[in-house]
Amino acid sequence: MKDLTFETLLAVFEEIFGPTLFWVMVVAAVVITLGYLYVLIRDRSVSWRKFLFAQLSMPVGAVLAVWFVMVMTKSRLSDLGGPIDVILFLGIAAAGALGMAVFVYTVESLLGSKRTLEGGTDAKPN
Amino acid sequence: MDRRHFLTAALAGGAAASLLSAESAAQAQPVQTSARIVIIGAGAGGTALANRLVERLDGAQITLIDPRQNHLYQPGLTLVATGLKPANYVVSDTAQWLPDGVTWLSERVAAVDPETKIVSTENGTTLGYDWLVVAPGLTLDHDAIDGFTLDMVGENGIGALYAGPDYAARTWQAAARFTEDGGTGVFTRPATEMKCAGAPLKHTFLIDDIARRAGNAGKMNMVYTAPQSSLFGVPIVAEKVRMLFQDRGVETLMNRTLTSIDAGAKRATFATQSGTEEVDYDYIHVIPPQRAPDFVRQSGLSWANKWTDQGWVECDMATLRHLRYPDIFALGDVAGVPKGKTAASVKWQVPVVEDHIVAAIEGRDGTETYNGYTSCPMITRIGRAMLVEFDYNNNLVPSFPGMIAPLEELWISWLMKEVALKATYNAMLRGKA
Repeated sequence: MKDLTFETLLAVFEEIFGPTLFWVMVVAAVVITLGYLYVLIRDRSVSWRKFLFAQLSMPVGAVLAVWFVMVMTKSRLSDLGGPIDVILFLGIAAAGALGMAVFVYTVESLLGSKRTLEGGTDAKPN
Repeated sequence: MDRRHFLTAALAGGAAASLLSAESAAQAQPVQTSARIVIIGAGAGGTALANRLVERLDGAQITLIDPRQNHLYQPGLTLVATGLKPANYVVSDTAQWLPDGVTWLSERVAAVDPETKIVSTENGTTLGYDWLVVAPGLTLDHDAIDGFTLDMVGENGIGALYAGPDYAARTWQAAARFTEDGGTGVFTRPATEMKCAGAPLKHTFLIDDIARRAGNAGKMNMVYTAPQSSLFGVPIVAEKVRMLFQDRGVETLMNRTLTSIDAGAKRATFATQSGTEEVDYDYIHVIPPQRAPDFVRQSGLSWANKWTDQGWVECDMATLRHLRYPDIFALGDVAGVPKGKTAASVKWQVPVVEDHIVAAIEGRDGTETYNGYTSCPMITRIGRAMLVEFDYNNNLVPSFPGMIAPLEELWISWLMKEVALKATYNAMLRGKA
């Protein structure tokens, strides 16, 4: 890359997904993140009951993210050829896990569920 | 999940945002001028340059001359020729990339008169210029291969992916049969300078991999032939390719130039150092000699003492400025420089030509130089590639030193080719990369 600036990066991502899909994804990510911050501030604490469920969803997110990338790029696990590939692979899995956890936590907090509502306050972190 | 991934990437990029604001501030003020700038060719180079010049100049009269209605993303042709992408993956409208404020003349250039500074087209249009950028690409000299015509591609085990998207797709028809039926596959390259010297290797690697995946490795006799004595112009890369070929069981026939094919008998004739040699094939990939378009040679723009059979534009290898006509620049495939007939080179060359034209208009000297940078994400199988980057001196110049090893077959390098390369190319066309 000759000039890897933020603008270049945005232009490249816009070209990969098309401007509409890219910005829809960015907006979705921002909305979910803001939603997460909102429930954190609203509840003034992390609900460990909700967080448990979010944690359980993390492997699902990791697998989904890896599967998505592999299918989209016609790749197989055996294509990983060096340390940077493993780092990238773990990074994709971690991003998927984290994203899924935040997503599940936020949705559960906003919609609420019997399980977490009945639990009352989350005074006792595990 | 993927949302998060991209958000993370975007945030990471945000760290560079402060750098960006400093950079863009330096180029904020367009230069006032009434200069007439003619760009021959609306390919990768011409289009990217036009998009950048309209940002830098105010009032300039910029004209692109190119008869082609379709823009081709040529780095994708190797993927089309192995069935990994459809033909339309590489095709877009020329018009969609051109900025407002430039004129597109859809005609073929017949001649340039560098003394009177006039370009004339085959339709009889004449255009005067103050600055001329010669970026018409190159021509494929298929007639130089006796017995070969383009209508043969796709039949009788004949492939020719350079000839365009449809021929690349037909190449895959012939190659696909070969990967199933097996036999001898002969992969050639020309004696002239050529676009992306990695492409013939990529085609060999990919066809081998596809046959291997189909369980037909035992039926394949892969033969790579070249007029040169080494597998790649950069010695350290040539050695690596030699090892990979050894690993995959690809035989090599060096110092052999394809001169003719007998499609009926499926026999290719090569010129060797001492005579000729015939090789029977079941599949042959033909890459013809490549030359500058006729008007370049006929207009006296070519080197007189170098590449005399090919006619590349005589220009300074660092500034791309014509050595005899300082108001002419060469850009892309047609430039008479030792390396750089790739889209990656164009990406590095465009800012150089832009800088020198804008500087000249302002009455100062340009400072940007081109160091011969060329990049080749050399696919060694589906899912892996080597990100090979080098300069005029055959030095490796990795963009991500210490992170992405240039001579290792890596998944990340494949991802770049598969996902990011076309996007980066398109961003370049728009003048944004």
